Amino acid sequence: MSFMNGGGNPQLNRHGELNHLLTIEGLPREVLERILDTAAPFTEVAEREVKKVPLLRGKSVFNLFFENSTRTRTTFEIAAKRLSADVINLNINTSSASKGETLLDTADNLAAMQADMFVVRHASSGAPYLIAQHLGATGRDHIHVVNAGDGRHAHPTQGLLDMYTIRHYKKDFTQLTVAIVGDVLHSRVARSQIHALTTLGVPEVRVIGPKTLLPTGVERLGVRVFNDMREGLRGVDVVMMLRLQNERMQGALLPSTQEYFKSYGLTPEKLALAKPDAIVMHPGPMNRGVEIDSAVADGGQAVILPQVTFGIAVRMAVMAMLAGN
Amino acid sequence: MPQRLPLPDAEALCATLAEAMRPHVDPAATALVGIHTGGVWVAERLHAALGLKLPPGSMDVSFYRDDFHQRGLHANAKTSQIPFEVDGAHIVIVDDVLHTGRTIRAAMNELFDYGRPARIDLAVLIDRGGRELPIAPGFCAHALSLPAAQMLALERDADGGLSFRVIEK
Repeated sequence: MSFMNGGGNPQLNRHGELNHLLTIEGLPREVLERILDTAAPFTEVAEREVKKVPLLRGKSVFNLFFENSTRTRTTFEIAAKRLSADVINLNINTSSASKGETLLDTADNLAAMQADMFVVRHASSGAPYLIAQHLGATGRDHIHVVNAGDGRHAHPTQGLLDMYTIRHYKKDFTQLTVAIVGDVLHSRVARSQIHALTTLGVPEVRVIGPKTLLPTGVERLGVRVFNDMREGLRGVDVVMMLRLQNERMQGALLPSTQEYFKSYGLTPEKLALAKPDAIVMHPGPMNRGVEIDSAVADGGQAVILPQVTFGIAVRMAVMAMLAGN
Repeated sequence: MPQRLPLPDAEALCATLAEAMRPHVDPAATALVGIHTGGVWVAERLHAALGLKLPPGSMDVSFYRDDFHQRGLHANAKTSQIPFEVDGAHIVIVDDVLHTGRTIRAAMNELFDYGRPARIDLAVLIDRGGRELPIAPGFCAHALSLPAAQMLALERDADGGLSFRVIEK
């Protein structure tokens, strides 16, 4: 997005530290690596008798979900609670917004309740940025904003937890070939993944999908484009599947989900074209039999459940870093 | 020029500390927990010298520090590892230098998130004074007084040898 580029990075404070997490695009490699390094010790917290550390004790984290989500909201909630924060969940499509309150009025009201952090999910691209900008313009920079997914734009914590997962299994980004498969057009996850992978030095990022589900000009992000899944999977180290986003489809982009599965569903036979030790990732929720075969989803190469576990540690790291800056 | 103290030999202090602890530890049941980074090295020395059966643990107290809201999260926090049952255990927290006592406060809070120890002791190579909390070491190999502007750091060379260095803040 153009507003992310010009005039300094609005996510960083004057010391170059992360003040908000809005998008991976434009974040320096050191910041991404610092987040991944910081997440590592948080993975151990979940294995203790008391699964909590006191870093955010007395802080109020508001989950502002203007769009439905179960998993992302839950993992942010768990992450904040394991940091000892007080968590308030607001599903706004069912409350204020339906009564006509604007986004910024909602933010102002919660700021007046001494909020310390907003975790924002919104169907419109740029909504978390708008809140962060408004807080900055009104001298409330001490309230941190985390983008939990905005429209088709970005889902930075998903991108970061994917990077943590890849690093956990593959150690070194600079030797990898990574394929992102499916509905890239509607996917904020794919955008965050592509920015993270290229920033961290992955030499070959491929996107695989039908022409109708790939954004025009996607190769400008530094990726190789494949319409033939078999060709695109050949020799890859990491397969990142995307969910087919039925709820975002407008018009007839696909003949049918059965046809889609035939061409772009990840089956054991197609996976065999990747490297033998390739890992299979999926951001969830999965559509079994649409983008992924159950034999792959439940197979030995899938790291889909570890992604969920690592996601909590990564979100803890992000929230702790923001709150400390 | 800042004052240059003749610093004690860290290796000799490890041996002294082990002998001070020996009558008070049960090799079959006492467990050590070193605090990152210097305390972990000292705990390894003590573990070998005392012939303890339980593997030594390590803790990074970054998540429990009381200066988080002033200084933020420390970069390069390490993973804490407590490879033994904490409930009912006799645990000796090991650190290189005892100063304000705040690190030890954080370490005790962290330990209690793993369980309820029967007893916690504290062993340090050097007590440099300057306490800000009512914490005292049960075992201490050496005491000296340093100005607040100086920091005492334990370092490990390529061959694993330990030595102290004074850092001007």
